[in-house]
Amino acid sequence: MTPQMAVFLVLAAVAVAGAISLILQRHPIHSALSLIVVMVALAALYLLQGAEFIAAVQIIVYGGAIMVLFVFVIMLLNAGEEERTNMSRLARFAGVPLGIVFLVEVAYWIGRATMHLNAAPAEAVSTRDLSLLLFREYVLPFELTSFLILIALLGALVLARREESE
Amino acid sequence: MNEFAAQHPILVVALPKIVVLLFVLLTALAYLTWFERKVVAHIQARWGPYRVGPHGLLQPLADGLKFLFKEDVTPAGADKFAYFLAPFLALSLAITSIAVIPFGPKEFTVFGQSTPLAITNLNIGLLILFAITSMGVYGVALAGWSSNSKYPLLGGLRSSAQMVSYELALTMSVVGVILMAGTFNLSEIVTAQQGFHWGFLPRWNLIGWPMPQVLGFFLFFTAAVAETNRAPFDLAEAESELVAGFHTEYSSFKFAMFFMAEYSSMITVSCLATILFFGGWLSPFPQTPLFAWTRYIPAAAFVLAGIALIVHGVRYLTMLGRVILPALGVGLCGLGFLCGLPGVVEFIQGPFWFLLKISIFLFIYVWVRGTLPRFRYDQLMAFGWKVLLPLSIVNVVITSLALVLTQR
Repeated sequence: MTPQMAVFLVLAAVAVAGAISLILQRHPIHSALSLIVVMVALAALYLLQGAEFIAAVQIIVYGGAIMVLFVFVIMLLNAGEEERTNMSRLARFAGVPLGIVFLVEVAYWIGRATMHLNAAPAEAVSTRDLSLLLFREYVLPFELTSFLILIALLGALVLARREESE
Repeated sequence: MNEFAAQHPILVVALPKIVVLLFVLLTALAYLTWFERKVVAHIQARWGPYRVGPHGLLQPLADGLKFLFKEDVTPAGADKFAYFLAPFLALSLAITSIAVIPFGPKEFTVFGQSTPLAITNLNIGLLILFAITSMGVYGVALAGWSSNSKYPLLGGLRSSAQMVSYELALTMSVVGVILMAGTFNLSEIVTAQQGFHWGFLPRWNLIGWPMPQVLGFFLFFTAAVAETNRAPFDLAEAESELVAGFHTEYSSFKFAMFFMAEYSSMITVSCLATILFFGGWLSPFPQTPLFAWTRYIPAAAFVLAGIALIVHGVRYLTMLGRVILPALGVGLCGLGFLCGLPGVVEFIQGPFWFLLKISIFLFIYVWVRGTLPRFRYDQLMAFGWKVLLPLSIVNVVITSLALVLTQR
């Protein structure tokens, strides 16, 4: 086992453990913390693949900005512990089997698709190459995405704003 | 030994570097508290710590012991896990960020292994620093929330909102520097600032070509002071409103950890300001024969400080002071003579100028705290969003325009 493989296994285990803990925790803040663990573990996995820039951005955007907002809102609402309820009959007899089938299917197709891939050589992708690609080759999708985000932002503003004539 | 070093570079080179830097950093943190208390005291026409050791020099030691032996209280109804996690998170993140800071240009050789004067030299050093800063919010937010108390909760909420808002301006304000250097690597950002205008004015980014980053620097430093939760932006721990803010319920060493985290981020921000805008380890004097004597400034500064300390120390009030202060002075003189030796003189240039610039920034930090009144909360938010952020975007636009116009 190469050292890289060992690091990958550790990080993958941390990510999966964080994801499971995210679902099982009863307090929203603990769930949010688990999600942060997942995000940081993913960033480390990107770093292992040589994607330095993506790894840093993953932590800045997901680990930092987005999750801080999650934690902030949970704190602001002062949400308490969730109650655990028994599963409804529909969930027990239809949901659980369907979920397992779906999981197996996804695992199968991912496994099939990546079976013949060679292990990618972990070679650092420079930020320069990445930005050249982003702003020359894929500039149209990039601008469209930012436009989409702008629309979402405006929509959120319109929805959140109170009617003044009320 | 050399073969062993070649086989285990981490064990022989990286680990000792980390240990040494950690030791230096923790000592610096302790004495930064002494420095801050002294400077603020003199600004307010007081003496500051004076009793424990000559000029209160042993005060940090006494404080550290005091924190260790105090009772560690956990408030009733606190979320135990988050309550324990918060100070560790705050301190470990703050200390980790020092790992990417380069302290000098020279690669030095240990047992045949050449290594830079930093724990690591990353291509994305600046981004890593921002990533760590953006995670730093959790320490404060979790501390406020988990204490199960109303003032800490308010303080935690305030500071998360503040840090999220000012992080934008902080990141945008350095884009100008990144554009001019064309890299995220901190060492390369420094080397990009080499050279002199008209032979004597250093080409640091603050007065760089084609676009002096004066605006960028002021935006960066303001946002950074806010990001580290220091006065006048210390709304998270405003004593007059929130007792002590997010760390009200913390006692003993957990409380000390929050303080160490705060001082550690101060050091990181000072390092970053130096690297990005003030040429990092570069000497302010050109390396021409005319200015050759400037290479002996470090040695002369240490010797002069040592002599001053000896002269002052022998007339000190207490017996202990009359021993310790001259001894320190002799030590400084010895350090000065060591810095004057050929070979050492080249090596000391980078670290000396770097540490000097950092100390100036640390002094400014304390100076600002001692002189400016605290912001009101709505003013703080309005300032961040309506002044700092637009100005930093203006800086990015102007800098990129200047770069495009001067190319070819």
